[in-house]
Amino acid sequence: MIVEILRHKKNEDKSYVQKFEYQYDDEKQTVATMLNNLNLIDDLKDIDGNPADKIAFKQSCLQKKCGACAMLINGKPGLACARRLADYGDHIRLEPLKKFPLVEDLIVDRGIMSENLKMMEVYLKGEALVNEKRNELSYEASRCLQCGCCLEVCPNYMANNGFTGMAGAMPLSRIINELNKSDLKEVSKTYNRYVYEGCGKSLACVDICPAGIKIEDLLVNSNAIAIWKRYIKD
Amino acid sequence: MINIVGSGLAGLSAAINLAYRNISCNLISVQESNRAQSVMAEGGINAALNTMGEDDDISLHFEDTLKGGAYLGEESAIRGLTENAVDIVYWLKSLGVPFESKDGKIVLRNFGGQKKKRTAYVKSSTGKMLMNALIDEARKYEVKGLIRRFDHHEVYDLLIGNSSCRGLKMRDLYTDKAYELYGPVVLCTGGLTGMFPGLTTGSRDNSGLLLSKLFLRGLELANLEMIQYHPTTINISGKRLLVSEAARGEGGRFLTYRNGEPYYFMEDLYPELKNLVTRDVASRTIYKIMNDDSCKGIYLDMTGIDKSAWTGRLSDMREELLDYIKVDIAEKPFAIEPGIHYFMGGIRVDNDHRTNIDNLYAAGECACKYHGANRLGGNSLLGAIYGGKVIGSRLVQDDNNELKETDNDYQKLNDSYSEKIRDILLSGLGIVRNKDGISDAIEKINQLLMENLKEVQFAKTVLAKAMLVSALDRKESRGAHYREDYPETDESFRKTAVASYDGDIRIEYVDLDGGKAR
Ligand SMILES: Cc1cc2nc3c(=O)[nH]c(=O)nc-3n(C[C@H](O)[C@H](O)[C@H](O)COP(=O)(O)OP(=O)(O)OC[C@H]3O[C@@H](n4cnc5c(N)ncnc54)[C@H](O)[C@@H]3O)c2cc1C
Ligand code: SF4
Ligand code: SF4
Ligand code: FES
Repeated sequence: MIVEILRHKKNEDKSYVQKFEYQYDDEKQTVATMLNNLNLIDDLKDIDGNPADKIAFKQSCLQKKCGACAMLINGKPGLACARRLADYGDHIRLEPLKKFPLVEDLIVDRGIMSENLKMMEVYLKGEALVNEKRNELSYEASRCLQCGCCLEVCPNYMANNGFTGMAGAMPLSRIINELNKSDLKEVSKTYNRYVYEGCGKSLACVDICPAGIKIEDLLVNSNAIAIWKRYIKD
Repeated sequence: MINIVGSGLAGLSAAINLAYRNISCNLISVQESNRAQSVMAEGGINAALNTMGEDDDISLHFEDTLKGGAYLGEESAIRGLTENAVDIVYWLKSLGVPFESKDGKIVLRNFGGQKKKRTAYVKSSTGKMLMNALIDEARKYEVKGLIRRFDHHEVYDLLIGNSSCRGLKMRDLYTDKAYELYGPVVLCTGGLTGMFPGLTTGSRDNSGLLLSKLFLRGLELANLEMIQYHPTTINISGKRLLVSEAARGEGGRFLTYRNGEPYYFMEDLYPELKNLVTRDVASRTIYKIMNDDSCKGIYLDMTGIDKSAWTGRLSDMREELLDYIKVDIAEKPFAIEPGIHYFMGGIRVDNDHRTNIDNLYAAGECACKYHGANRLGGNSLLGAIYGGKVIGSRLVQDDNNELKETDNDYQKLNDSYSEKIRDILLSGLGIVRNKDGISDAIEKINQLLMENLKEVQFAKTVLAKAMLVSALDRKESRGAHYREDYPETDESFRKTAVASYDGDIRIEYVDLDGGKAR
């Protein structure tokens, strides 16, 4: 197949497209494995036979559990370790996510997500309220990979406009689900300001989330507690 | 400042426990905590909570850990680990980990090598849940300025002189600038998965390169031959997918077809623990069955499990396998095979987690302390958090918070060289080992060492050799280390194999003395 990659050298301003010819036989092979296989070739050459640098991208778990490998695959954000080459026919195009500062090739700096969580003070001030009834929602919220795919497709998210998207809302919704009543007021303000007010509820994020988080369930719960003040102790 | 390298469970635990005492630290990692291998942990964390009406007790957790480790773990250290386990799990609960619970009590599941239900869990996503809670807890102290994070920074060398560590060198992976930080260093860099790229259940991030460099600089390592093969893994694109031990804990059965008939061999061969034998025993038995001509295929059969598990505590496992291997495991047995999963060996530390180098500490999977010759499932999340806690409650404030730019003398290692080393290691360090196999591998390593290697290649090659020599020298079978030419356990080898380097690799057998590394 032809692999087309939008590339960018570190500390330079220009991006360029480079194409590779790639063959594979395992129909389960993923985009991440393809990139690793290309990088194994010591004298990697592009489709025209010109020497090519190793392709920079992020990865860690290779099983959809860490969110490292998010990129644009044929224009759609997704995890490189989850997408199978066989689903893309004989041509695939890889690009870095667009809403984050570009670092190198397919690597972007997603540090804004942790900065936002710090700004929103996403942590528990007192002891967590956990019980059987709350557990399922806490579990769902805690699954967020901080991959950034939701921000990429969100029509309302832009860096530093105060709205933190679902990458901000999911971790916060775990806190909302487990907080003590005395902390409700402050956290409600945070939720209102950084999530509720900015979200247009188009739910584009729900379809794209590679973890398949039940985003709507969590929003309903967070709205009930933080906006409508239906706080139930247990 | 205190410099913690690695922000998985061990690093986070150390940072948080330091912050509890108002002590500040730098927390440095190649990627953010969300990407650390710890998020991949599935089955659970052990503690004798005794919530299942089975009369469990800390002393039984202690005994199982010691025995599971084939008596190579150190008793005093394991006592500390198991005594603290209960507090640690309740601490995690107080931080909001949604442990499976019933009537207000944490539910425990069975795990291999343990006679009582002792493993607390959140479905098959325990690591992710623990990490999420600790990441949030650490954030509290990031906001307060007690934890200063350096994500996307790789530590590639330490400042060591006169057998004492005074700081580290790291490079910013985004800008290629290099910096020095000063003060004591705590290594929480995870297991040696990088020695077997593509063939382990773990993360690509734990390259092991720093460890190999420090070995050349005089850091002592221990029990490097002890590599855990997990009995239930599946080869997927570019890696091994773990099928959590929860699969067996919840009732999964090993199956083969002997002369065409279904044969649940573990139940036949180990009537006491049956499918819940320890990982070393399970993997070795599978290896034998695989080489038995009358048997065909190795499967895990989960079809008999209580249906309620599939919507609740095993739902995520079922979904994952449906996605990766297109089998509904509730309906059909599926093929599995043993794969490299955990490194019991690593940096030699004493009970305070000090290494043989002053001001240098280690915790988590990179350190060798609690798991002897075979780690029990559920004990390494515990060990990582406990190790971090020990360090976090011992170290004292260091006021130097300078960040100094320096020359970037980092050397890159090609993936192809890593694979070359991997293949040699694999030929010597399989589930079943013998002198000829290991010696052949050492011979190949020696040939490489005669080539003109870059320092980073040399360091990796020397570490690989140390692993092989450790396996060659231990002329007995114990836990994960099985020598077909020495199939018996030999009491005289009930010692820690300490590897050091002074131009040559030395392996010294040191008494299990409750753990003085110095
Ligand atoms: C699939 C899987 C399932 C598991 N399930 C369980 C289970 O159910 N129960 C259990 O007890 N154990 C389980 N384990 C084992 C357990 O998860 C690990 O042993 C444990 O999480 C290790 O934690 P750690 O903090 O030591 O290292 P890690 O979580 O691996 O973190 C290492 C950190 O070091 C950083 N790092 C590495 N090198 C450098 C460097 N040079 N510079 C800067 N940073 C660096 C990394 O970026 C990372 O932040 C499982 C393991 C796997 C792979
Ligand atoms: S619902 Fe729409 S506006 Fe709200 S986070 Fe999702 S994509 Fe963005
Ligand atoms: S909500 Fe989903 S898409 Fe957004 S960061 Fe979390 S895991 Fe990624
Ligand atoms: S590498 Fe972890 S999600 Fe893809």
